[in-house]
Amino acid sequence: MLLAALRKDFLLQWRTRAQVLAILIFGATSLLLFSFAIGPNALALRQHAAGFLWLALLLSSTLSLAESFQAEMEQRALEGLLLLPASARALYYGKALANWGQLAFLGLALVPVMIVLYDAGTTNIGALVGIILLGTAGLSAPGTLYAAMTSQARARQTLLPLLLFPLVVPVLLASAKATSLIILGDPMGQVRSWSLLLVCFDLIYWSLCGLLFGRVVED
Amino acid sequence: MSADRQGAVVPYALAALGLALLAWGSSWGLFAAPGETYMGDVQRIMYVHVPTAWNAMLALTFAFGCALVSLFKGGWRWDARLEAGMEVGVVLSTLLCMQGAIWAKPTWGVWWDWDPRLTTTAVLVFAFAGILVLRRFVDDPVKRAVWSAVATIIAYVDVPIVYFSVRWWNSLHQVQSSPETVSKAFHWPLRINAFGILFLMSGLIGLRTRLAVLRLESELAPPLPPPAAVAPASTRGDR
Repeated sequence: MLLAALRKDFLLQWRTRAQVLAILIFGATSLLLFSFAIGPNALALRQHAAGFLWLALLLSSTLSLAESFQAEMEQRALEGLLLLPASARALYYGKALANWGQLAFLGLALVPVMIVLYDAGTTNIGALVGIILLGTAGLSAPGTLYAAMTSQARARQTLLPLLLFPLVVPVLLASAKATSLIILGDPMGQVRSWSLLLVCFDLIYWSLCGLLFGRVVED
Repeated sequence: MSADRQGAVVPYALAALGLALLAWGSSWGLFAAPGETYMGDVQRIMYVHVPTAWNAMLALTFAFGCALVSLFKGGWRWDARLEAGMEVGVVLSTLLCMQGAIWAKPTWGVWWDWDPRLTTTAVLVFAFAGILVLRRFVDDPVKRAVWSAVATIIAYVDVPIVYFSVRWWNSLHQVQSSPETVSKAFHWPLRINAFGILFLMSGLIGLRTRLAVLRLESELAPPLPPPAAVAPASTRGDR
């Protein structure tokens, strides 16, 4: 059942791939804009590169998360899905996994932009990919739940970031710090503890949001 | 209506008692208690700052409890209490940040510092204020109750995670104040103010709950029949 839900959401994303591309361009544009806030100081830009990458990803994530439920609202598709003999939990995990996939893709696609613009390359690709996977998982779990709520409310464009941003402060903090350590060097071996924090956040929110999602959509 | 009025007596009395205690404790702290050796008079803000911190956490924890009950047991009253507790908690946490900034400027030389407790409180203010905004933008009372309860649980669980992540990230704050870490001469004004704010807060939560209940009643009440349908019948009766 989960697989069917996941397949549906990936199919949905594939059919609307132009949107993903648009969000990617939005993210790259924000990366370009951040550098204007700092000025053409190569050293400072390199130091802040990781933070900028995660801010760009966070801003893009509100677009991509909101989009993911937009399609379900059209012609009351969500109500139809809930009538199927599938549990709401399977629908949630399908949606959250698909969103995670999309956000991870965005994150990985933004890395080359960051490297080119900020000269912030690293040879430790494995660790970088790992942090992007962990961090985007942390954005996707609560983000999917909040997108389900806000897509049905008034002023949804404002509400989603308003609710999501304070909540994912630990994710932003840990991912930015870990990415920064990967880029700039990690003499104290701190990346491990930051990724551990991300793992904890992911475990807590992937289970908690899955438990609560049913209540959000079923009433 | 008279039952409504009577219900309001207790919160008003609590709030009045709280204000009186707060005035007593603060004047004691401001004029009678000895100044602190290193920080001087600046330290006297502690008499409101520390009790505000305790009570802000208490109010938000109350809101969290209400969210759990409202989500798993149901009941409109708990939804009203959730709204009241959260609103009072957000106001207290905002005051807490402001007091902290006022204290930090002469002591550390900056208004803001990225220490774990200060930062966590700020994140908390935004997280819970967001939920209050969410409540405003959802018209269906059933959805509003469920969603704000879910969002409250999610945000409350985040508080310790934010705290520890910021603590790893940066640290510089006084060790948490409790009667044990504070000299004996400072105890009484601190305690009186703590209870003062506690009573004031309970009174405000009580009043705000009443307001929320009244609002819910007017939302949930079946709509009155349109005036056109009523008017002819009554005029006929008069004749």
